[in-house]
Amino acid sequence: MTLWALNLAQAALMVLAAPLLAGIIQKCKARLQNRRGASILQPYRNLLKLFRKETLLAENASWIFRTTPYVLFTTTALAASVVPVLLVDLPSALIADVIAMAALLALARFWLALAGMDIGTAFGGMGASREMTFSAMAEPAMLMSMFVMSLGAHSTNLSTMVQHALHLDHLLPSVAFALAALLMVAIAENGRIPIDNPSTHLELTMIHEAMILEYSGRHLALIEWASQIKLLLFATLIISLFVPWGIAESPAIQPVLAALVFWFGKVVLLTVALAVLETGLAKIRLFQVPEYLSTAFVLAFLGMLVHYILEVGA
Amino acid sequence: MSDVMLQEAISVAASLMLLISFALLAQHRLLSVLHWFAAQGVVLALTTLLVAVISGHYELYFSALMTLLLKGALLPWLIWRIIRKMHVHREVEPLVNMPVTMLIALALVLISFYVALPIERMSQLVTHNTLAIAIATVFLGMLMMITRKKAITQVIGFLSIENALFFTAVGATHGMPMIVELGVAFDVLIAAIIFGLFFTHMRNTFDSLDLDVIQEKSKR
Repeated sequence: MTLWALNLAQAALMVLAAPLLAGIIQKCKARLQNRRGASILQPYRNLLKLFRKETLLAENASWIFRTTPYVLFTTTALAASVVPVLLVDLPSALIADVIAMAALLALARFWLALAGMDIGTAFGGMGASREMTFSAMAEPAMLMSMFVMSLGAHSTNLSTMVQHALHLDHLLPSVAFALAALLMVAIAENGRIPIDNPSTHLELTMIHEAMILEYSGRHLALIEWASQIKLLLFATLIISLFVPWGIAESPAIQPVLAALVFWFGKVVLLTVALAVLETGLAKIRLFQVPEYLSTAFVLAFLGMLVHYILEVGA
Repeated sequence: MSDVMLQEAISVAASLMLLISFALLAQHRLLSVLHWFAAQGVVLALTTLLVAVISGHYELYFSALMTLLLKGALLPWLIWRIIRKMHVHREVEPLVNMPVTMLIALALVLISFYVALPIERMSQLVTHNTLAIAIATVFLGMLMMITRKKAITQVIGFLSIENALFFTAVGATHGMPMIVELGVAFDVLIAAIIFGLFFTHMRNTFDSLDLDVIQEKSKR
């Protein structure tokens, strides 16, 4: 019972803390560009404002367009509830393993692409086609890097994988390959700078933004919130799988609080790193994205090969 | 350091060798190819040093030092001079596009893993599991020679095959006899110098280092 309560609290934490993460990134980027920047609570205010505003629908919008924000938010939040954040031994990890988690994210993407095409504007269709093209390459890379971790743990259950990673006492090169691949995929999947610019509305380059141009009011709020949750989800996934130290192994008060502090510190570190990366890099051309993603896939595949060559026989 | 830690360090070095071989294939610019080639020399020296510590063969310390100086510094510097003199530091032109090259490379690694499996089972050395990677790096060097148009990238591919062969020798048998190693090192050095002269002649005769252009012109 306590486990379930903790699990629910943890899922709520992921959902509620996600806008804060976006705020920290914006603040960091502003500071790096010598601006003062908005408060780190600004994303919450934006969401609140959008929820209060009127929701406008295009005349030819079908039910797909109207349901997509809810599907998007629900699937992303559900995926976020599966990842161990504070506690290793989660009951909800049995609901969905990494493959199901990737499938949940894919479902969200599928609906978003449908909604982009549903409205019938040129931008929506273009954004949808780009998103699907790139996700067809990003998804195998993500799954492959997950498989490298699950090969060692002999399980695709996230709780078991994190537990295995926690008790890893060898220096494993395959883990480094998987980490590099997952970092690259995380940047691409969340539409961050070398791949996509989340704050641009330039028709030549935008991918994610092109699909949600027609949304307004609470629909837009839900979509933005979902993409913030997705970013936090990836950050937490990377932290829990590759640097899980500090995560609680028993549901007592003290370890969980300590895990909360550790997790928050690591997320902030990762966020700052992302902000520095985004300030330092320029967006790559759209036609180079497949090469970027295939590099991620090759790295993950190399991780798997290295695992078999160096670590199984040894 | 304990034996387990050394063994892990060798595993890391071996996977770095594999990674560098892929990086060599993935580069677009000639100068970054050269940087990765130099990095390969340094990692090779490091691996040799690790094997020297494990096996206690004193000759290997010497060959680690020689590898570092020759393959980590002297050869890259020689090629860098050629590149600067000929002003060819623009794009690397692959015959097949990068993602396909990468997939072929992955398949080659799989094949070499399959080929090396029975040998690895027989070997008693601490470095026995690096053999598959060593064979893979040889293959990847060959792939680089096949899929590039420019003569200079082909030569870097050739030199990286030599690096890979050295890595294979160190991993499989704890190094060749000193006299062989010295001979090979000297040969490679001479080869690099001859390649330099060769490039100058190709440039003077055909006005290009692109092998397709040279083939066209020599037909006429």
